[in-house]
Amino acid sequence: MNNLLWLIPVLPLLGFLILSLAGKSLSKTSIALIGVGSVSLSALITILIGLNFLNDPPAAGFISQTLYTWIEIGNFKPEITFLLDPLSLVFVFVITFIGALIHVYSAGFMKGDKDYSRFFASMNLFVFSMLVLVLADNLLLLYLGWEGVGLCSYLLIGFWYENPQNGYAARKAFIMTRIGDTAMAIALFMIFSWFASLQISDILLKAPQLFQQGDTTITIIALLLLAGGIGKSAQLPLQNWLPDAMAGPSPVSALIHAATMVTAGVYLIARMNVIFELAPIAQMTVAIIGAATLLIAGFSACTQYDIKRVLAYSTISQIGYMFLALGLGAWTAAIFHFMIHAFFKALLFLAAGAIIETLHHEHNMFKMGGLKNKMPVIFWTFLIGSASLAALPLISAGFYSKDPILWYAWSAEKGNMIFWAIALLGAFITAAYTCRMVIVTFWGSSKTEIGHMPGSLMTTPLLVLAFFSVVAGFIELPHNFGHFTLFSDFLHPVLPEVTMGNETWPEWIFQLMASLATFGGIYISYQLYSKNPALILRLKQSSLATALYQFWFLGWGFDRLYDILFVKPLTYLSNINKNDIVDQIYSGISFISIKLYRLLSYTQSGSLRWYAMGLLLGAIIILTIQIVT
Amino acid sequence: MILVWLIGILMGGGIAALLLGQGNRGLPRWISLFTVLAGFLAVIYIWIDQYPITQFPHKWLIQYRSDWIPNFGITFHLAIDGLSLLLLVLTFFIGLLAVVCSWTEVKEREGFYYFNLLWILAGICGVFMALDLFLFYFFWEVMLIPMYFLIGIWGSENRVYAAYKFFIFTQASGLLMLLSILGLYFIHANNTGIYTFNYLDLLGTSIPENIQYWLMLGFLIAFVVKLPIVPFHSWLPDAHAEAPTAGSLILAGLLLKTGAYGILRFVLPLFPSASEQFAPIAMLLGVVGIIYGAILAFSQTDLKRLVAYTSVSHMGFVMLGIFALNELALQGVVMQLLTHGISTGALFIMAGMLKERLHTRDIDQMGGLWKHMPQMGAMGMIFAMASLGLPGLGNFIAEFLILLGAFEANPWLTICAALGLIFSAIYSLRILQKVFLGSYQKDTPVQDLVWRETTILASLIISILWLGVFPQPVINTVKPTVIFIEKIFHDQGIAQAYLDRNIIKPQVISKQKKGTYVRK
Repeated sequence: MNNLLWLIPVLPLLGFLILSLAGKSLSKTSIALIGVGSVSLSALITILIGLNFLNDPPAAGFISQTLYTWIEIGNFKPEITFLLDPLSLVFVFVITFIGALIHVYSAGFMKGDKDYSRFFASMNLFVFSMLVLVLADNLLLLYLGWEGVGLCSYLLIGFWYENPQNGYAARKAFIMTRIGDTAMAIALFMIFSWFASLQISDILLKAPQLFQQGDTTITIIALLLLAGGIGKSAQLPLQNWLPDAMAGPSPVSALIHAATMVTAGVYLIARMNVIFELAPIAQMTVAIIGAATLLIAGFSACTQYDIKRVLAYSTISQIGYMFLALGLGAWTAAIFHFMIHAFFKALLFLAAGAIIETLHHEHNMFKMGGLKNKMPVIFWTFLIGSASLAALPLISAGFYSKDPILWYAWSAEKGNMIFWAIALLGAFITAAYTCRMVIVTFWGSSKTEIGHMPGSLMTTPLLVLAFFSVVAGFIELPHNFGHFTLFSDFLHPVLPEVTMGNETWPEWIFQLMASLATFGGIYISYQLYSKNPALILRLKQSSLATALYQFWFLGWGFDRLYDILFVKPLTYLSNINKNDIVDQIYSGISFISIKLYRLLSYTQSGSLRWYAMGLLLGAIIILTIQIVT
Repeated sequence: MILVWLIGILMGGGIAALLLGQGNRGLPRWISLFTVLAGFLAVIYIWIDQYPITQFPHKWLIQYRSDWIPNFGITFHLAIDGLSLLLLVLTFFIGLLAVVCSWTEVKEREGFYYFNLLWILAGICGVFMALDLFLFYFFWEVMLIPMYFLIGIWGSENRVYAAYKFFIFTQASGLLMLLSILGLYFIHANNTGIYTFNYLDLLGTSIPENIQYWLMLGFLIAFVVKLPIVPFHSWLPDAHAEAPTAGSLILAGLLLKTGAYGILRFVLPLFPSASEQFAPIAMLLGVVGIIYGAILAFSQTDLKRLVAYTSVSHMGFVMLGIFALNELALQGVVMQLLTHGISTGALFIMAGMLKERLHTRDIDQMGGLWKHMPQMGAMGMIFAMASLGLPGLGNFIAEFLILLGAFEANPWLTICAALGLIFSAIYSLRILQKVFLGSYQKDTPVQDLVWRETTILASLIISILWLGVFPQPVINTVKPTVIFIEKIFHDQGIAQAYLDRNIIKPQVISKQKKGTYVRK
């Protein structure tokens, strides 16, 4: 069974190859069968291998399979090796399982699109790349997956290529993540020059022997890796590509820009946990970035009216929570939140996609309204997803994954009160914008006529995801709720336990406050958007509130800042030098030569007088020199 | 003898095309096709045949040596090692594509056109094989003059200017090399009393430090003009833009590589201490080239000029890698020579195909072509991705190895060079957006690829994928050469490196002052 591991990534690759080479001559049904089938088979194999892994854990703690040696130059010898350990198993499960559901959904969603095969080919390639990323046993192979998902993200954001706006969003995403990728490449160079290897297990083993805690080198390596993670995971200061990435089809947003690719940074940092533990400054940076991002993105989410942009900002904010957890050393809590988030955020995006499709591509929530009774399946599943996002206490999975992060934010050794306060405020904001989104979309009066209702291909995945958005939380319960820790026990062989430090209040007070924050957020939104809309009008009259609203709405002005700082100067520089200043030097040389030649050609005038004159002058000069010297 | 045949068949084919082309206009292209195909099959055969033994310490795989002008110590000496062999494979591969992509483009004076094309290839083959400096210089000129005609006769509007510029740049720098060759010749004669132009005899000549530096510069300038390195690059955009498609293809795919080959084969081994002294400046020049080329590429609107500037940027990586002087970087350099030839060559071929259809090279007048030519769009996507160094394609292996190796030699410059990765993404995606994406403006649909064009591009895609996924055969082939070069600068110093090769007789070694080149 275990030697089928290589099939997990290779099947989607095969799907990609078939679809891209023969896609034009295939019928839509067979395209869907290949596209969906390849990922579903991968999911099936994953589940089989996963069950095997749980029942009969391998002695080494991981399964690995080498296909061949990629490059061999001296001691630089990266192999094409897939390695499955508990951490990668969680990721592979999420990627293939949610990936398969989203593929099923897409088969219905993209039915009318003329580029059906291009869509499935790109999606399959994405799943392949993402699987390579999490299964790679060395950083070079990981980098291959890392760049591969970037490419697929580019292809799919710009899927509807005829609109230049989409092309712009796609390029923005690619280039901004490439900035992070380049930092990561430099990290790879540094790692190789110190460790003489890019094999992850080697690095993790050697790091504590080579470096003291807090050494400059290891701190720089960790910071560079972090920069890579920030780019892919859309964290401060490279976060502003993600809202624009919503230009892609909704299934793409669900799979790539919510559930999987954007969490690659979380995976990378968790995978290199030893390095971050050795570099406290870098790890603290991770926590600070996470905390700052979750707050900033949360405020922006409150101001958006495009339902997908609300979800995009919410994704940035939730990944901020994961980064915070990573920074606190609460490794398993981060991964748990990743998994739960993947379920409910994929669900929310798919449901939002269904709504948008039904309302004739209407993205504006304020033009929706009153969908509660018209689209009951969508409503209930969306509600469940929202409950999880808002971390509704006890009954939603989101509560069980977010609550530990809030608790560790203060009580862990690396935590403090500020982190906790930010996380709590974040929870409040999350509940507020989630509730706003639900109220505006589903309650009130209907503003847009609904079209064709989504079919069962689209609703079934929603139901499955809704089921997991509730149930998945119960595999990891807080300490005072029976202390049931199936998930973190499974991960602890690869991820260290969180070190507790600060003496604080008992855990139930934290839970109570988190619950209060959630309900507070819900209450505020209820007041503003349902009960008492006049309050909003009053707010709109205050100039401070509108200015703040605008500022948040535009994502805290990051786009404009980067435009002024980088884009404008670079284009300016490039444009003024379009004709290449260096070339002007050579043109100058040829210009001077031509002038000189013209000048000398005057002496060849053909006139005897001038020649005689020249002879005389020359003779005089020579004689003078003779006499003088 | 097979080496002589490789050149001979090309030259003979060229003459045949010229003569027979007078009567039958369709004949020259067939002659050329078969000539180059025969050569291609021959070098592939040599590669497969020699592959098992390429992995042992450096030696010449095949040699041919006879006297040419014995009075002056000039020999007709051809030899190949792994490096030459790979570049020969590339030469015939690109040559083949050059013939095929000229198939319908050239409509006048076909005979003379194919004569020039084949003679350029012959010159390039000679450059990659010659082990006698005089002979090397001879071939260096052989590839120059037909190229001058190719640009000057079959180019586009501004062709005469471009051809002159190309000729003057290359010729002027070539003369510096000739001076250096003569200097080396006389110094060697002074030391040993033997007048010879033979590379193997000249290796290890002891040259006073300051003179060595100047001689090295003479060679180096000739090579970096070809490469090209900023600030000697300005002939390239003009030549590329004006040349016919096959001309651009050969320029980018092959001619630039002769510069890199020259540095690897001649500059480093002949002048090791001067090279080492110059290395930091050379690496800096490489980095400047990477960034300067990329920024200029971003602002260009002429597709061919744009691609030409990306070449400048990519060749900066070559310069950086060569003067990092270690195994990883040098392996990366060789890989870069091959992958750049393929990916940039492909972009030029596409520019040619677009020009045949749209009669313009201005990317502002393109856009939305994916709608009518999805096949070409997808292929363009792959080559743009290759150009920005996407893993899985050969260019990534090359750039990653170069940077990895260069990081050992000079971390700060390497970090600056890594910025090139971001810039390359910016300009590559701009090409895609401007040409294929967006909405299609015109009313008339354009024809997607025909099977001849599909074949050309598909063969290039397969090659670039192969190099990205299974690069090891190339790495193994060139390994002895690379290790030989690395050994000059590390471990034992030059004397030992030569002994290891079993090429130079021991007494030659004993003649030089001991320890002259041993690394301090």
